[in-house]
Amino acid sequence: MKNKVAITGNEAVAQAMKQINPDVVAAYPITPQTEVVQIFSSFVSNGQVDTEFVTVESEHSAMSATIGASAAGARAMTATSSQGLALMFEMVYIASSLRLPIVFPVVNRALSGPINIHCDHSDAMGIKDAGVIQLFCENAQEAYDNMIQAVRIAEHPDVLLPVSVNLDGFITSHALDVLEVLDDETVKNFVGTYQPEEYLLDAENPVTMGTLDLYDFYFEHKRQQVAAMEAAKKVIEEVGREYEAISGRKYGLIDAYKLDDADMAVVVLNSAAGSAKGVVDELREKGLKVGVLKPRVFRPFPFEAIQDALKGVKAVAVLDRAETFSTLGGPMFADVRTALYDLKNDIKVVNYVYGLGGRDLRLEDVEKVYDDLANIIKTGRADKFVNYLGLRE
Amino acid sequence: MTPFNRNFGQGKRTKAVRPDMNWEEITKAGNVYEPGNANTYETGDWRTIRPVWNKDRCIHCLICWRYCPDASIIATDGKFDSFDYKHCKGCGICANVCPVHAIDMFSEDEMDRQKEAKRNEE
Repeated sequence: MKNKVAITGNEAVAQAMKQINPDVVAAYPITPQTEVVQIFSSFVSNGQVDTEFVTVESEHSAMSATIGASAAGARAMTATSSQGLALMFEMVYIASSLRLPIVFPVVNRALSGPINIHCDHSDAMGIKDAGVIQLFCENAQEAYDNMIQAVRIAEHPDVLLPVSVNLDGFITSHALDVLEVLDDETVKNFVGTYQPEEYLLDAENPVTMGTLDLYDFYFEHKRQQVAAMEAAKKVIEEVGREYEAISGRKYGLIDAYKLDDADMAVVVLNSAAGSAKGVVDELREKGLKVGVLKPRVFRPFPFEAIQDALKGVKAVAVLDRAETFSTLGGPMFADVRTALYDLKNDIKVVNYVYGLGGRDLRLEDVEKVYDDLANIIKTGRADKFVNYLGLRE
Repeated sequence: MTPFNRNFGQGKRTKAVRPDMNWEEITKAGNVYEPGNANTYETGDWRTIRPVWNKDRCIHCLICWRYCPDASIIATDGKFDSFDYKHCKGCGICANVCPVHAIDMFSEDEMDRQKEAKRNEE
């Protein structure tokens, strides 16, 4: 039976956490993530989960406690946003280098300053090089589904890396959405019981973690992390297929929307992909060959899938909700452009930075992007490859 | 259960990591699968000054043994035996606490130079 509910993105995440029933959650509230922790802590106090909930004094401690719990052998989670993730930064590297399968939702929010509590992806992009798997969610349904799959991805013996589940602050996190939730038993069976291969409280098999690793073997351990990232691509697809079997919803590395015969494509993460898909539907009615590519995974970067999906298009616009200040455009632009470089199809790739600090991406903005792309195809040249969308210019 | 080493960068569950091992072979995340393993980490090459025992002066009170922070003084049958030069970092605490000045500290560089000079003479 389909169980449809109307809940916000944050509630959907908390609901998934309830059904996963992790052993330990250590978290600190920060807007717009606050509700996740607040709702989950009520599940704990009402006895609906048997999670050990650790109230900590900062996000640095939240991640530290989660790492401690995970190393000890628990299925551990935390959750954060923005400055909170920035404060965790140091510990995120510890989590990934210790190869701990920690799952943590990141409710995307701009990083100060000036102070801003609304959505952009600067927080997520801050940890893109930390060795963490990053899943992105278009809506509350995907946030719920990705949370459940993240556990399986993180704990897979070929992977063993932390997984962050990104959803747009206030857009996805606070908007009421109708979604389908699985029943508790199905989720329980899907995520299974966590059996760590090695953990500190295993008295029979002593292990030392977090050892000193200087120039003699540090390099080799980083290479191992790269291999785990590489293996994660296959695991993410495998887990996606298994999840499709229980939910009927399809998940892979990317979501290619009407790209098969497209001339123009927009590459965009998270909720903005929904707006772009709407515009594509309208433009398709007018006979324009347009499509949207939404990477579900940003780290590891699914460049083979992106190459495959975009090899037939003539012009691509990458929409970035974060600035790098490199003066070479946003973080995703650099990666997508690199992925397409070797195709030698002379695909024109341009960048649009949009929606910083929660500024709306309007449908007209997306239409303008497709207009520009059509112009690029017509003239055969792109004069400016970094553009700003919805900026007072 | 999935086998531990499927060579996806998970390393081997080995007790001894050797310099000739590649990235797929060394243990995952630098984990060490042996209790009491501090002994195998030799810190003796950090030393710049070396304690040398003066047998004639020593009264075997073992105050040095008690004070050594690296457990690098070996006592046998309640008597001073030798230094563990593989772990002694040359801090000089033993020489400092010795009530009869039976431990002298010598520069490693100076000792090397002397050894070299002796070799050249021969």
